[in-house]
Amino acid sequence: MDKSQTYNDDVVRKFAIMTVVWAIVGMAVGVFIAAQLMWPQLGFDLPWLSFGRLRPLHTNAVIFAFGGSALFATSYYVVQRTCHARLFSDGLAAFTFWGWNLVIVLAAITLPLGITSSKEYAELEWPIDILIAVVWVAYAVVFFGTIMKRRIKHIYVANWFFGAFILTVAVLHIVNSLALPVGMMKSYSVYSGVVDAMVQWWYGHNAVGFFLTAGFLGMMYYFVPKQAGRPVFSYRLSVVHFWALISVYMWAGPHHLHYTTLPDWAQSLGMVFSLVLFAPSWGGMINGIMTLSGAWHKLRTDPILKFMIVSLSFYGMSTFEGPMMSIKTVNALSHYTDWTIGHVHSGALGWVAMISMGCIYALLPRVLGRESMYSIKLIDTHFWTSTIGTVLYIASMWMAGVMQGLMWRAVNEDGTLTYTFVESLKATYPFYAIRLVGGTLFLAGALIMAYNVWKTVAESKTPAPVPVADPA
Amino acid sequence: MSTSWSIFVIVLVIINVGGCGWLIWWTMHMRTDEQAEGDLSTGHTWDGDLKENNNPLPKWWLNTFYLTIIFTIAYLILYPGFGNFSGTLGWSQYGQYENEMAASAEKLDDVYAAFRDQNLMELSSNEAALSIGRNVFLNVCAACHGSDGRGAKGFPDLTDNDWLYGGNPETVYATIANGRTGIMAPMGAVVGDDGADAIIAFLRSDNPDSAEAAAGKQKFMTSGCIGCHGLNAEGNQALGGPNLRDDIWLHGDSTADMKGIIMGGKTNEMPAHIDLLGEDRVRLVAAYVLSMSR
Repeated sequence: MDKSQTYNDDVVRKFAIMTVVWAIVGMAVGVFIAAQLMWPQLGFDLPWLSFGRLRPLHTNAVIFAFGGSALFATSYYVVQRTCHARLFSDGLAAFTFWGWNLVIVLAAITLPLGITSSKEYAELEWPIDILIAVVWVAYAVVFFGTIMKRRIKHIYVANWFFGAFILTVAVLHIVNSLALPVGMMKSYSVYSGVVDAMVQWWYGHNAVGFFLTAGFLGMMYYFVPKQAGRPVFSYRLSVVHFWALISVYMWAGPHHLHYTTLPDWAQSLGMVFSLVLFAPSWGGMINGIMTLSGAWHKLRTDPILKFMIVSLSFYGMSTFEGPMMSIKTVNALSHYTDWTIGHVHSGALGWVAMISMGCIYALLPRVLGRESMYSIKLIDTHFWTSTIGTVLYIASMWMAGVMQGLMWRAVNEDGTLTYTFVESLKATYPFYAIRLVGGTLFLAGALIMAYNVWKTVAESKTPAPVPVADPA
Repeated sequence: MSTSWSIFVIVLVIINVGGCGWLIWWTMHMRTDEQAEGDLSTGHTWDGDLKENNNPLPKWWLNTFYLTIIFTIAYLILYPGFGNFSGTLGWSQYGQYENEMAASAEKLDDVYAAFRDQNLMELSSNEAALSIGRNVFLNVCAACHGSDGRGAKGFPDLTDNDWLYGGNPETVYATIANGRTGIMAPMGAVVGDDGADAIIAFLRSDNPDSAEAAAGKQKFMTSGCIGCHGLNAEGNQALGGPNLRDDIWLHGDSTADMKGIIMGGKTNEMPAHIDLLGEDRVRLVAAYVLSMSR
């Protein structure tokens, strides 16, 4: 058969496998640094193992390596199926795979060496930043090129979200990373002072909004209706929440800078737009969960669907929590505490990781030319391990965070602080222990997944290329 | 913010908030082309069986959306946010801070007034004063000097009654209030490598007049060390020159540590605290520090 008449599933398979590999790497580093907070001697007095260097490695590995690979895999799969066309360019698609993985390997080398731009979630130095930009532009060309050659007029909703994610991340990455190099491995940001802080959190919060939300909503919009065998709940809801989400997210960054030198007006706008963001965020959750109406019984037998529905619930929970935390009065308590860490992981573990895992379980058999994964039972085990791990993680961090916030602000009759910082740290230890258990469980789930994927791949023969379906 | 930036911000806010309202209105009234009466489906199909319904927006969800928009408008009327418009409440975070600090200062004035007519020595055995002093110490000073006040490498032990600048009440107060900058000049070029070794031998010797200390003593006397550390190397509190004969080594007692300081010098800083704590609290901390040294 003519190659152009088939889907390019090769790059999808590659990214899907790397999703699992990077999940384990990123989460293992996370578990290790969680253990360091319990037992600081685990740094062994080696600079490469110090918390400050491994923490960015953890965040980069889970967000960009694991999450990024999942987004590449699913977006390449979804855009071909819903446009009824092969990817725009096989060569460029392969380039994005090797380029993106090179970026990750470079991150894994430079970050422990202490080579960092010191911008949170954008720590990589300028040569790697340039590589990211090039890979990302190639990604945009492949994705939008495929949209251009679609054989169906209407663009499917998943592609709106993938498209917004790809475009915006390009803008965010380039603007935030602008820097003056002073050597191969050192540069200084072109921004300074409070402007730097504002650009950083404009980037930082939109990385959450577009990388970790819009992208994964794209994933959700294809795989949930497919897995449930039901139509998407509401087209017009997807229209409202898409446009509201992508326009309002842009404003939310300043809520990371409450009660700082950022001018009052910017702080206020950050807060009120974060509140407005609540309904658009929940639009996605409603559209996902309500898609199941008429198919709820499938939850009993299909652990993949369980992954998806529980991830949507965690998505709803964290997008309720986020606007609440952006309110200045609440933020005055929550800021700088482990509550923030709990909030982030409710999104990262509960939403991003679980929707990705569910989608990879749904996608992998299809690109391997088989009915299902090696073991459905193991998917179910993985589901429960992840869910319990996530709950332990976020509940312990909530408690720790609220406790820290209350301890830090407690004042004696004589105007002195009731607790010293180190007392609040000591009181946090039990919660650090629970968090470590939660994180370890989540990692164990990823290892179960890896085994299941390994067996599935080992059992499969190289599948024949899948012919492009004709539009209905 | 200049007026044009202010207008820019206001216009963007109106476009986006208004845009959300318009979006809701528009989608509530929209119908997709292919939609037949009573048919929920949009009529689109992708990838074989992927379809969309077009259910109406859930009421409770819409109401939440409206509520947040109304809240936004109200908030931007009351508080700063709408460009240069400072809000009808006249609130600012600096204003809030100053009000809270003023209210607290007024409330606490009675507490601190009781201590003002006592001198530092009296305060250092006044339990009520020491309790406040201890709290301040634990929150402000303990990070460097340790919660037991016994210091760490580079941070002086406050309990050993060995003072760099003197241990009388006024001096301790001055140290806390105004801070100190201790400077040991780099002497490598003056004493040389062997000279530094000899000086260390002299400083460590039990008998400074013994034969093995002689070379070091000679070097010490002629290289300028006595300017700060005194003729007998027993220090000079007026200059903050440490006593080098009391076997207390702030920056470490290994040969490498000592030699590093002699050759390369050292600048050490105790920050000023008067602006952070105010006079009342500095006095109470000074009293607590005095009590620890006894």
